[in-house]
Amino acid sequence: MMFKKILIANRGEIACRVITTARRMGIATVAIYSDADREALHVRMADESVHIGPAPANQSYIVIDKVMQAVRATGADAVHPGYGFLSENSRFAEALKAEGVAFIGPPVGAIEAMGDKITSKKLAQAAGVSTVPGYMGLIGDAEEAVTISRGIGYPVMIKASAGGGGKGMRIAWNDTEAREGFQSSKNEAASSFGDDRIFIEKFVTQPRHIEIQVLADSHGNTLYLHERECSIQRRNQKVVEEAPSPFLDPATRRAMGEQACALAAAVGYTSAGTVEFIVDGARNFYFLEMNTRLQVEHPVTELITGIDLVEQMIRVAAGEALAFTQADLRINGWAIESRLYAEDPYRGFLPSIGRLSRYRPPVQEAAPDRAVRNDTGVYEGGEISMYYDPMIAKLCTWAPTRDAAIEEMRIALDTFEVEGIGHNLPFLSAVMEHPVFVAGEMTTAFIAEEWPDGFDGVRLADPALRRVAAACAAMHRVAEIRRARISGRMDNHERVVGTDWVVTLQDTSWPVTVRADRGGADVRFDDGLCLRVESDWTPGASLARLMVGEAPLVLKVGKAVSGFRIRTRGADLKVQVRTPRQAALAALMPVKLPPDTSKFLLCPMPGLIVRLDVAEGDEVQEGQALCTVEAMKMENILRAERKGVVARISAQVGDNLAVDAVIMEFA
Amino acid sequence: MNGILQELEARRGAARAGGGAARVAAQHAKGKLTARERVELLLDEGSFEEFDMFVAHRCTDFGMGDSRPAGDGVVTGWGTVNGRMVYVFSQDFTVFGGSLSETHAQKICKIMDMAMQNGAPVVGINDSGGARIQEGVASLAGYAEVFQRNVLASGVVPQISLIMGPCAGGAVYSPAMTDFIFMVKDSSYMFVTGPDVVKTVTNEVVSAEDLGGASTHTRKSSVADGAFENDVEALAEARRLIDFLPSSNREKPPVRPFFDDITRIEPSLDTLIPANANTPYDMRELIAKIADEGDFFEIQSEFARNILTGFIRLEGSTVGVVANQPLVLAGVLDIDSSRKAARFVRFCDAFEIPILTLVDVPGFMPGTAQEHGGVIKHGAKLLFAYGEATVPKVTVITRKAYGGAYDVMSSKHLRGDFNYAWPTAEIAVMGSKGAVEILYRGEAGDAEKVAARTRDYEARFANPFVAAERGFIDEVIMPRSTRARVCRAFASLRGKRLSNPWKKHDNIPL
Repeated sequence: MMFKKILIANRGEIACRVITTARRMGIATVAIYSDADREALHVRMADESVHIGPAPANQSYIVIDKVMQAVRATGADAVHPGYGFLSENSRFAEALKAEGVAFIGPPVGAIEAMGDKITSKKLAQAAGVSTVPGYMGLIGDAEEAVTISRGIGYPVMIKASAGGGGKGMRIAWNDTEAREGFQSSKNEAASSFGDDRIFIEKFVTQPRHIEIQVLADSHGNTLYLHERECSIQRRNQKVVEEAPSPFLDPATRRAMGEQACALAAAVGYTSAGTVEFIVDGARNFYFLEMNTRLQVEHPVTELITGIDLVEQMIRVAAGEALAFTQADLRINGWAIESRLYAEDPYRGFLPSIGRLSRYRPPVQEAAPDRAVRNDTGVYEGGEISMYYDPMIAKLCTWAPTRDAAIEEMRIALDTFEVEGIGHNLPFLSAVMEHPVFVAGEMTTAFIAEEWPDGFDGVRLADPALRRVAAACAAMHRVAEIRRARISGRMDNHERVVGTDWVVTLQDTSWPVTVRADRGGADVRFDDGLCLRVESDWTPGASLARLMVGEAPLVLKVGKAVSGFRIRTRGADLKVQVRTPRQAALAALMPVKLPPDTSKFLLCPMPGLIVRLDVAEGDEVQEGQALCTVEAMKMENILRAERKGVVARISAQVGDNLAVDAVIMEFA
Repeated sequence: MNGILQELEARRGAARAGGGAARVAAQHAKGKLTARERVELLLDEGSFEEFDMFVAHRCTDFGMGDSRPAGDGVVTGWGTVNGRMVYVFSQDFTVFGGSLSETHAQKICKIMDMAMQNGAPVVGINDSGGARIQEGVASLAGYAEVFQRNVLASGVVPQISLIMGPCAGGAVYSPAMTDFIFMVKDSSYMFVTGPDVVKTVTNEVVSAEDLGGASTHTRKSSVADGAFENDVEALAEARRLIDFLPSSNREKPPVRPFFDDITRIEPSLDTLIPANANTPYDMRELIAKIADEGDFFEIQSEFARNILTGFIRLEGSTVGVVANQPLVLAGVLDIDSSRKAARFVRFCDAFEIPILTLVDVPGFMPGTAQEHGGVIKHGAKLLFAYGEATVPKVTVITRKAYGGAYDVMSSKHLRGDFNYAWPTAEIAVMGSKGAVEILYRGEAGDAEKVAARTRDYEARFANPFVAAERGFIDEVIMPRSTRARVCRAFASLRGKRLSNPWKKHDNIPL
């Protein structure tokens, strides 16, 4: 019997995503919401909604009793848990079972079995799944360590059992290093943790995070829906995912898929689940863990297989058998997902909260040769609060090939308008342009290696820069013609808008000639390059969709003196378009350096001062904690950048500060 | 014949060279453009026609007779900004330090007289060391001639001052009487007495920048209406401002083609007002979402930030905006914000620019600083300005409209044409907390009773309907449709005719 009403025990984009499928299947939906989510999109979308408490999740979304009350009050006959919150909580699954309400997820036993790292690894080994080779027993001396290392095969990682944060960890590539590494790890472990137990496991080089989507019904069918490549992560937070992986060959894919199914079958798994593997540069793969829920990045799998995973989860939970077989599950084209986070990439990805004064995602569409999908939980005019995960949307593109899917993603990111909060759109664009990503050669260290000092924007290279310059020249001409058509002109003595301009952007100036006709404009550079610019852009529009030199270009267009603020491909440019004479005079203007703010401690994000660690007159050392700002549940400790004396403190504990508000001043 | 033509070219060349290559280079080294370069950037390319290029001073004292450069330190004439006529004078610092002589002043007066006669704005570019000391009282007389014309031109043609170098002593009073003053950061300053005199008289040690730089005058003194990074940006923005202004009080504000939907619906405005009445929000978002293409030319953005003033366009036509800013001091009215808004309202009224007022005001700022500073008279300026204004006036109350501040902010009673309120509006004598404390003083200790009284009060007054029942609010509108409603309201007022009783002039509480 198909369910009549599903309660979604979640919020944000995943709640909205589940509601969409349920509605398509003719099933009524119930949303739950906290104080902070009264106006949230998932509440607006659901047929019914139930308030379940204060904003913090531990007083609302993850309180089993409150969710159970909502289930009873609305008479829902099934619950979809989404991801996070209660999705992998076996007590919640038990509680539902006890009341005869279906849990749209795996059986309690499977959740429990996979919920423990050691148990799951043992189960995986037993099911014939490849696991990271290692020795968990006690190791007596260095010689024993060498023997074990040889057995595992170099390189190996020697780790303190009690370790963490890289302490007491050594990588050994040969016997000598294994001998030395064992001794130094042991010493360090003893002094750091007071526990000198050491274990050794295979060190996975050039690691990639690749996971297998599995789907099983209660009739003994367990299938794999191929893999997702999730190597692009920042501090274990996935940023960009894709399916299939550019790295796997069919044999590896099949081996991983079959092992994943074997594990699922071994624990009596039903519903959708994900088996995560770490894969080395030689395509050796090792089991990491199994996630017994719908994964955040599931849309890329849906895009390449055409299967709606939420629908399948609902059908399986209702007792239906899967209506397809492994042979039906082919890989069609390529899909990429970019996670849009309310995090400011220019400020070390600190969370950003506030009102979304503008939120215009690209139009979703599904054509034979391209698709754009945006799973979102927010809307323009909505509020990003500090209480929950900063992910606000998942933008996916699909195309027949990987290159085409990347190009679709570039355009989609350029089209995505988000204002009012800091967000990582520029960073996502930068990833899409990065040669390592384009070549599909990324590992889990990609972001840390390519942006070791953080992200400070993108500098466009030619020809991309010239394409922007050409577009701006043509757009500026249109804007100037509009200006010259103001009322009150002296008749017959109107201003004639010329054809010669100088475009200045990113410290470069290009003289150009703009010759316009009905369909567009030819922008000629002084070295002879001529780019045709065509667009329906009108002055004042915040988005320009153009064809420049026969290729599409999308620009976010903002206001700037004598030109535009342009955002495209991760770059944020001040573009000036002037007549040659204006440009010559502008070149005489002094270059002004931004004011020196090093004497101030500025609030890096909107947040609450929860602690001040220093007082006026205190001498502080470099790296000393000065105060703590709380934003999005996160406590951020602000430290002194250099030695100095606190001259003045202008904020107090309890103050709510805006970005760049002065907290204290140094002498 | 050829020789005569050549002589003209030679004389022109000499005049255009100003103070010579060395002084021009020195001017450039200071990050400043020359007088003629500034005029070029202000006006449409090739549109400048210079007057009095060959005027020279007639002073012979102190050896002045030996140096009589053509033009005498100021470039004057006219040209167009986007095809509309503008008169301009630009002081030339490379000639006698731009100092003002009798003839220099006469050149300025000539174009001001023409501007008033022909109905076009005057833009003055100030870069002058001050009076030409060698000329003595003749120079002072020159200033006064200019001042008198500033006064007569006020309200007849827009007058814009660009301070692009020194402007000190008596010289400051000419820009002071114009409609808008823009300064260039780091290279301009204005003061009545300079740092040296200040030190002698008051023993204060202060730099020229701190005493009268762009930052001081845009943030502290409110003498200036805006500051820009350099000459080029200041001149580009002056062009942008001129596009908003009518050429004279005989003309309607200009209209230019626009590419925005006049019925544009903004669903996000429905959530602009936070659930908590004490939470601020940014009124600029509302202005941007009402305006054509989100374009807002803000006046005095750095001063009295609790009120916003500036120009937008609706259906391509200029509208002045006055809006309380809840983000700063809860949008309260005080001395500074009243003065700032009053002057802006009077400018709009003088030049037939319709006024849109956006209201979220908790009242007037209490305190000795305010009372002793004369908030009564200063607040009255804004009340007076709105009350005398005969231009189309449309008002939207978004949230609070409390007490006397409700009356002041272009209320129905001050001849408001369209007075809209959002459903979130609260029009009352004061907020619920204060009202309950006064009405039920005896129950102050009983938290439960106070809460109940507060709820009652809120139910009765924390809405726009009490005012709407009396007709003080013409219509309660959906926030999302504000742009469409406001556009249509102003469209309906295009034929508005309203005049005040005849008087020599009024007596606004200055």
